[in-house]
Amino acid sequence: MLSKFQIFKIGFFDVAPHLLSVIPFGIIFGAIGIELGFDPIMTYATSLIIFGGASQIVFLQLLSGGASSLIAITSVGVINSRHLLYGAVLSEYLNKLSLIKKLFISYFIVDQGFAVSNIYFKKNKEQNFNHYHLIGSGITLWLCWQISTILGIYLGSIVPEALGLKFAIPLTFIAIIINELRKLDHLIVMIVSGLAATFFYNAPFKSYILISPLIGLFAAYLILKFKK
Amino acid sequence: MTWTSIFIAGFITYLTRMAMITLIDKNVFNENFRKILAYVPSVVFPSIIFPGVLLNDYGMLVTITDPKIYGALTAIFVGYFSRNVILTIISGLTSYWIIIFVF
Repeated sequence: MLSKFQIFKIGFFDVAPHLLSVIPFGIIFGAIGIELGFDPIMTYATSLIIFGGASQIVFLQLLSGGASSLIAITSVGVINSRHLLYGAVLSEYLNKLSLIKKLFISYFIVDQGFAVSNIYFKKNKEQNFNHYHLIGSGITLWLCWQISTILGIYLGSIVPEALGLKFAIPLTFIAIIINELRKLDHLIVMIVSGLAATFFYNAPFKSYILISPLIGLFAAYLILKFKK
Repeated sequence: MTWTSIFIAGFITYLTRMAMITLIDKNVFNENFRKILAYVPSVVFPSIIFPGVLLNDYGMLVTITDPKIYGALTAIFVGYFSRNVILTIISGLTSYWIIIFVF
């Protein structure tokens, strides 16, 4: 039997390769927050309170572009709805824990941590303290995200505006979904929602950010029907 | 106002993380709902990418020679073959800067 700390360490080492992308992403986010005109404390607060990279960028971008709070908040909810899937998968491994522990661990569920811990859980069903793997990977990612955001906030305050750092926003999201480009159904859905967003971009309150994903999901629904 | 929004957005995000683990029986998700949910990244992110590349600061279509278009195409090309997140972003930014500052 491995001890709690040993499993925690495995979680740390398993997630370590992902830090190569998490840390630069955090720096980019911090710099973008400043570039969009938010003050350092507010930009950092989103990392602490929301703690979801892509959704933080969208949130600040929408608010700076004049979107209503309701639209910005709803977008965060839509982007982060993928955690529901992670939770559904993880609940099987965490169901014996006390409520307090479950509430604590929940805060640390992010993409990369879920990916590595889920693999570990599948391979080690007999271990007693498996959830320490998720705590290990989660806290590692959390710490790196907090520190890199602060680093980015500092960089953002000295980087000249002429560099057009805002362009890093679409590039970051291209990087996030690049692997889905290989699947034809996802590619079609991407083009449909992207064109819809461009077309509805000037809709009131920046509501394009909710309208176009809905149109995209409808396309996905049609594709699923067609596949059957 | 912005602070309130940050707290509400944070609360909702936390709910998405803890709901399935503590509150809801995971069997409420039927297979079709799961399948649709898997498309969420593919509908949300292009909704930001396309306007971010194709429109200028005033919400008007850019011309085909805009540096952002070259930057995005470079990023897609590099990302597709390298499968590397950071390389994708850096290649896009670099080609964008080369066109802005060199040409």
